Amino acid sequence: MHESAAQIFISALLANNFVLAMFLGLCPFLGVSARLDTAFPMGVATTFVMLVASLCAFGLNLLLSSLHLEFLRLISYIVIIASAVQLVEMVLKKRSPTLFRALGIFLPLITTNCAVLGVALFQTAREYDFLQSLAFSLGGGAGFTLALVLMASVRERLQLSDVPGIAQGTAMTLVLAGILSLGFMGFAGIGS
Amino acid sequence: MNLGQAKTFDEFMEGIWRQNPVFVMALGMCPTLAVTVSAINALSMGVATTFVLICSCLLVSLLRRVIPKEVRIATYIVIIATFVTVTDYAIQAISLTLYDALGAFIQLIVVNCVILGRAEAHASKVSPLTAVINAAGMGAGFTIGLLALGTVREIFGNGTLFGISLFGANFQPWVIMVLPPGGFFVLGGWLLLFAWWAKRRDKAALPADKAAEGHQHA
Repeated sequence: MHESAAQIFISALLANNFVLAMFLGLCPFLGVSARLDTAFPMGVATTFVMLVASLCAFGLNLLLSSLHLEFLRLISYIVIIASAVQLVEMVLKKRSPTLFRALGIFLPLITTNCAVLGVALFQTAREYDFLQSLAFSLGGGAGFTLALVLMASVRERLQLSDVPGIAQGTAMTLVLAGILSLGFMGFAGIGS
Repeated sequence: MNLGQAKTFDEFMEGIWRQNPVFVMALGMCPTLAVTVSAINALSMGVATTFVLICSCLLVSLLRRVIPKEVRIATYIVIIATFVTVTDYAIQAISLTLYDALGAFIQLIVVNCVILGRAEAHASKVSPLTAVINAAGMGAGFTIGLLALGTVREIFGNGTLFGISLFGANFQPWVIMVLPPGGFFVLGGWLLLFAWWAKRRDKAALPADKAAEGHQHA
């Protein structure tokens, strides 16, 4: 079975949304989604890291496979991701110190965002070619941003409503995420 | 029980109860929700994570005077990734069915924030023995959290527990429980239950006017 790049993109964006269907990248999803003006840049930064990580992982996988060093795959992927995050951090610090402060601890934590490592691991497991990997990482990143922005919009509205005491905080966010995920199940079948 | 033993016990219980990684700190959410469609998956994931956690914390604690401060996070990640690779190959050798069920989530243990969090916040500062005990407690707490989700989701979504049928042939499975939204709902439900319980306990302990205090922000 050979999927086209467009199919992979749509599938990663909607039907198999990284956050809401595959449970990748939940920590920033729960942590940074309180406000819209930090959620969107966070999504874009993560997408960029995903893109870099995916392309590097693709090249690296070719190299490691030709040398029969597959067992080093995981370690090399994580080192690449950490370097990419460092790069994003330096650029952001220089271009937009305000945003850099707003994202705070969650910026270096992109390294431990499973969505980023997930992209690299899944594309290896599914044996995507270069174009497919590109579409997969872009779709995954866009899907992550979409989920983050949707969640942030809902949570901003939520501040105006009267939530019962015990449901405040993480519990409410999780129930909301469940409802969003329920909605995204409606996309099942698209892109496959 | 003398003082030393009491402290050791406290160190162990911290991860299970007061700082439970799943329910209190909300760390390591991705594997928590992704693999808990059945109790056996949840248990295996918990054991695998605990193994990596204990080994990494031991090594980090042993090397705590050697690792330069500037590159400590990178070093921790490489240490963790090494043990995860070991676990990955071990599970593949032990049970291929289990390996297929857990999929990429075994390798994703690397980015489980519980492990890096423990290495950075605890193991890098204390002696190897304390680090291992604390890691074991955290791992047990994490496993309990996964099991709490896995059992509920398997019972409702499949009508079974550890693969044993509970309700007979007429049971109509509540399919949503084993689908992604079910994971969010069940964990949300557990958190609500704990919050409700904590509130009741506070109410019993305090006068009524002080009971309605601000919530703890996540």
